[in-house]
Amino acid sequence: MTSTQTPPQPTVAVAPASNDDIIVQVNGLSKFFGSRCAVDNISFAIRQGECVGFLGPNGAGKTTTINMLLGLVEKSGGTMSIMHFDIPGQQQEAKRLIGVVPQTDSLDPDLTVEENLLTYASYFNITGRKARARSADLLQFFALANRRKEIIEHLSGGQRRRLLLARALINEPKLLILDEPTVGLDPQARHLIWERLEILQEQGTTMLLTSHYLDEVEHLSNRVLILDHGKIVAQGVPQQLITQLVGIDVFVIEGTTAELDALEKSFKQCQATTERVNDKLYVYTQEDCSRLESLLKNSRSWLRRPANLEDLFIQLTGRSLRES
Amino acid sequence: MKYLRFRTLWLRNSRVWRKHIMATLIGNLGQPLLFLLAMGYGLGREMQTIDGLTYLQFLAPGLVTSSVMYSAAFETTYGSYTRLSMQKTYEAILMTPLGITDIALGEIFWGASKGLLSAIIMLAMLPLFGVWPSVWTLALLPVLFMSGVFFAAFGLIMTALAGSYEFFNYFISLILTPLFLFSGIFFPLKTIAPLSRIFFELLPLTPIVTLSRMFCYGQFHEPWLLKIAGSLLLTLFTCWLSVIFLRKRLIQ
Ligand SMILES: Nc1ncnc2c1ncn2[C@@H]1O[C@H](COP(=O)(O)OP(=O)(O)OP(=O)(O)O)[C@@H](O)[C@H]1O
Ligand SMILES: [Mg+2]
Repeated sequence: MTSTQTPPQPTVAVAPASNDDIIVQVNGLSKFFGSRCAVDNISFAIRQGECVGFLGPNGAGKTTTINMLLGLVEKSGGTMSIMHFDIPGQQQEAKRLIGVVPQTDSLDPDLTVEENLLTYASYFNITGRKARARSADLLQFFALANRRKEIIEHLSGGQRRRLLLARALINEPKLLILDEPTVGLDPQARHLIWERLEILQEQGTTMLLTSHYLDEVEHLSNRVLILDHGKIVAQGVPQQLITQLVGIDVFVIEGTTAELDALEKSFKQCQATTERVNDKLYVYTQEDCSRLESLLKNSRSWLRRPANLEDLFIQLTGRSLRES
Repeated sequence: MKYLRFRTLWLRNSRVWRKHIMATLIGNLGQPLLFLLAMGYGLGREMQTIDGLTYLQFLAPGLVTSSVMYSAAFETTYGSYTRLSMQKTYEAILMTPLGITDIALGEIFWGASKGLLSAIIMLAMLPLFGVWPSVWTLALLPVLFMSGVFFAAFGLIMTALAGSYEFFNYFISLILTPLFLFSGIFFPLKTIAPLSRIFFELLPLTPIVTLSRMFCYGQFHEPWLLKIAGSLLLTLFTCWLSVIFLRKRLIQ
């Protein structure tokens, strides 16, 4: 895979942020499906070169928001613009500059791997030698060059996902919208995709990424938007949000109810919040509480780890399963 | 250029079609040719001439139009519905600069092209049955293409309304088959009582069948321009409707 490192487009320097750098602007966006509110008056902006992680439980409204940005779902209220093109008014112009990896696979099963890319290129009015060169570069970049003539059905899940990404890049997009790009992939395939996305980021491609793999989001995003029940419940730099809203460290302690009751009290000596889930005690510390570790000598099992995005996510959106 | 964007979808479909060229041609041509053989040859030998035409000659141009109807309508029902639902082709296309109108036009012109191709092949085979079309038949080709556009657009409306493939049974049994039987392909409409004849004359396939017969034998005894103009209006209206229905289906 070392031969596939060549990036498919020239490097674009990332300019410092200013108002001209706003790639996506959304104000007061809402969507009702009948009486069900899927997106509830959300506003956000994405700047040139950012990778924004778009998070939320199942049914939070992520895909609906993306589909409104693409004109596939009609908005119920609010305004949107992408690269200063009004959406949906000027969506055709905007779409020249956007690449999309949709949540559900939409590769063309009637065509081969290469024909998929060439046909998609033709929709962007990229044809002939230019299209073939671009498609060859992308197949190389995503380690699919030896699958060129394969029919889609013969590809594995990981290969299809990679091809979907290659297809999204066919028009050299300035904005890449990724709706769960690595769902169902093995660690190797995910790492390959992350590497490629990082290369694109270095080249200045702006990204909007949704994923339920929070390590992926933490790894790739400069900023996250957390959506729940169609509303934005938090947004900011992941590490700052985690320290602000969760804490520094997390203790996970197992024990009997009596033991945990006692420990919960002791941890009040330190700046920390606690949570009980079944027979576990979670302690989120807002300062260094390592001095209290001696109390845990007798516990059945415990661990201390840095707070992460998953803690933040659960804190904001709760532990209960969403039935959407 | 912007108005020709739909051609890329036409090209996509033709690329796929070239892979299964034989199957689709036989599928579309088989039925009308068998009808011509069974009815024209089998039945026709025993029958009197109609307006100076043998029954085989009477039947052939009408069956050509029916092959246009079936090819075009099948392409934008079964074909388009597969692309719409299972293959998510339209969803993928809508993420590119192509819009709903481009998709509709691409599909309709593709269906019409397949219809026209069936017609050309059938016309070319008529001499094998001893039927010789006149040179006016060349002028008929655009008319047949227009009829293909009409039935492709009609089929696309059905696709936009369909919840499953079963839905097309209604379209076939309640619309295509009656049109096939009652548009004057098999019997002359002249013999029908004047009042009910108006109804038959207004069926969308009837003027095409009449025009087809007139051009095929170079006998222009009916108001051909009026029939073309009327059909053209109906075709444009149906295309417009198909875009509206497709938009309703694809954009929530
Ligand atoms: N076409 C539709 N008709 C009716 N309701 C819809 C439609 N599409 C989405 N919804 C509803 O809107 C809500 C948001 O769905 P959406 O697909 O945007 O969620 P999501 O955040 O992408 O979830 P996931 O993580 O599962 O992909 C859900 O309650 C869903 O049932
Ligand atoms: Mg989703």
